Amino acid sequence: MSATTKLNITTNRYRFHDPVNFVFQTPKGLNEQVVRAIAKQHDEPDWMLEQRLAALRLFAAKKMPRWGADLSQINFDEITYYARPTEQAQDSWSKVPKKIKQTFERLGVPQAERKFLAGVGAQYESEIIYHRLKEKWTKLGVVFCDMSDAPRRYPELVKKYFGTVVPAGDNKFAALNTAVWSGGSFIYVPKGVQVALPLQAYFRINAPSIGQFERTLIIADEGSSVHYLEGCTAPVYSRDSLHAAVVELIALRGSRVRYTTIQNWSQNVYNLVTKRAVAYRDAVVEWVDGNLGSKVTMKYPCVILKEPGAVADILSIAFAGRGQHQDAGAKVIHQAPRTASKIISKSIAKDGGRTSYRGLVSVSAKAKHARVKVRCDALLLDGRSRSDTYPTMKIRNSQTAVEHEASVSKINEQQLFYLQSRGLSPAEAERMIIAGFLEIFTKELPLEYAVELNRLIALEMDGSVG
Amino acid sequence: MPILSIKNLHAGLPGKPILNGVTLTVPAGKIVALMGPNGSGKSTLAQLLMGQPDYRVTKGTVRWGSKDMLKLKNWERARAGLFLAFQYPYEVPGVNFYEFLLAAYQSVNGKQGSQAEFERRLKRSLRELRLDAKFLERGLNEGFSGGEKKKAEILQLRVLQPRLAILDETDSGLDIDALRLISRNVRSLRSPAISFLVITHYQRLLTYLKPDIVHVMVGGKIVASGGSALVKRLEKTGYEALK
Repeated sequence: MSATTKLNITTNRYRFHDPVNFVFQTPKGLNEQVVRAIAKQHDEPDWMLEQRLAALRLFAAKKMPRWGADLSQINFDEITYYARPTEQAQDSWSKVPKKIKQTFERLGVPQAERKFLAGVGAQYESEIIYHRLKEKWTKLGVVFCDMSDAPRRYPELVKKYFGTVVPAGDNKFAALNTAVWSGGSFIYVPKGVQVALPLQAYFRINAPSIGQFERTLIIADEGSSVHYLEGCTAPVYSRDSLHAAVVELIALRGSRVRYTTIQNWSQNVYNLVTKRAVAYRDAVVEWVDGNLGSKVTMKYPCVILKEPGAVADILSIAFAGRGQHQDAGAKVIHQAPRTASKIISKSIAKDGGRTSYRGLVSVSAKAKHARVKVRCDALLLDGRSRSDTYPTMKIRNSQTAVEHEASVSKINEQQLFYLQSRGLSPAEAERMIIAGFLEIFTKELPLEYAVELNRLIALEMDGSVG
Repeated sequence: MPILSIKNLHAGLPGKPILNGVTLTVPAGKIVALMGPNGSGKSTLAQLLMGQPDYRVTKGTVRWGSKDMLKLKNWERARAGLFLAFQYPYEVPGVNFYEFLLAAYQSVNGKQGSQAEFERRLKRSLRELRLDAKFLERGLNEGFSGGEKKKAEILQLRVLQPRLAILDETDSGLDIDALRLISRNVRSLRSPAISFLVITHYQRLLTYLKPDIVHVMVGGKIVASGGSALVKRLEKTGYEALK
């Protein structure tokens, strides 16, 4: 049982910016030379470069999305698409440059958590600088490496699966990512292997106008299970920044994959992420997705339930403060009989912030006896903030069980009064009610992440209540 | 000096007077009972004393020791040592009972409150109320039965150790065993350091508690005052006789 309810956190812990010397970076803007330079930096096979170049053409041809959040301020010519702070991925903590270690120490990251986690990958700028995987997993054949190395080291797996779940042509930002991606994680879990402790990557953006275009590919072979965890905090910048990641997840027959993210981008970041999973027979995919910070987030973790008995569980929270728009949600495509999905979305808006839940559940004619459960709750902390719900259900057969609940509420005055009657200040009482509102999410997190999330929320709440 | 002195208090909701000149004193270390029929204003008084912001005072004074209590915010009243055991405790979903209680303890005790002392009080209170430690892992009042909610209020009372505890119909909705258990708990807390204002319809609870002073409220006013004998008399005549 934890006893950490008193949170004395100063914003300094999260709002800083260390000067970093880059070993290599591409000039601003995007063209074929930039793409070729990135591929060269990765020492990449030609087949991957060809995919990048094809994606670059798709990116140029595709229109910006006309729905969701306002993206008109993004200037693609002002972005640096690749920067590399150190020579190569590190496999031991002692080799990580001191400057970078200091940054991690200020974030309170890895040392203390190391024994808790099976492996730690930290992405600093566009490159993973520190990677570690406990020996026993290596012996079991589990692969956990920098995605930048994967095409060279595991060409068969990458060729077979890369771009199959999120094709470059899926949307403009998926095309962009496919053209310029660097970093991210590559994970392969062999048949029947259960990875008991979560695999974790901790990363952050740390230079003005540097986009993060990481690419993550996770393949869980038949009967295996794995939990991947990523969290990030980011310093504040004056210029707009772009984060356009792609995550592809393949859950083969009978496997179980959980992907947990907490993102707290600085408030000028456009966070546009395409996350999608394919679940085969009896596989279970769980997205646990927390969105704080950023200027605009558009993110709709998706699961395609491709074969009978597959299960999707999507749990997300979003927090929007002044000038922020969190447009988040979930997508589930039921393509086979006896598939089940559960979507729980919680959002909080304050100081004129805006949250939108955008969800799609589609059940095909073949997906008999599918079960669908959607619940979205929004909490508005003041009259200036806004929340919208855009749920879409396309049910193409009558043998489907659907449950849908949605609510928008204000902080309950009676609950506030009750807590204050026990000596809690209005700010403490409000924070506690909010933490309670999000508890369904935080209880799914490892303890230190739950504590970190509560701190971030406390930080976001600072100054909002007298 | 009495811990609480209410003089000629007129109050209610906007446009709806409920209390029409209440005068009542709680001396330090005493148990004061406030009886009366439904709708007489007892719970309004309890909520108002705790600082419920919906109620407006139009006339009269409320003193906490020598201080003007109406100037204190409700959490300041709690920190000064006032406790209200709610008639209908609110559910706060997802808020862990233990963490809530620790936060409350720290708010009320400030720097003087050690966690060891908190744990000691908590352990003892769980035992006295026959509650399992697992109870604390639940959400605050979330899905608690009526009896569990009342026990949870008394648990908070025991851990926070206020100077004045108001029990607002703590006996309603309790079976006879739970009533006895809760009464025994409250009685065992009796000391010169704590006073009680016990609000109830029935004499059952008062038989266990043996109040020092009994007031009867009808129509937002105190209409009769006395000792334990008044409780017995009311049992025979009912409130009607006092109107």
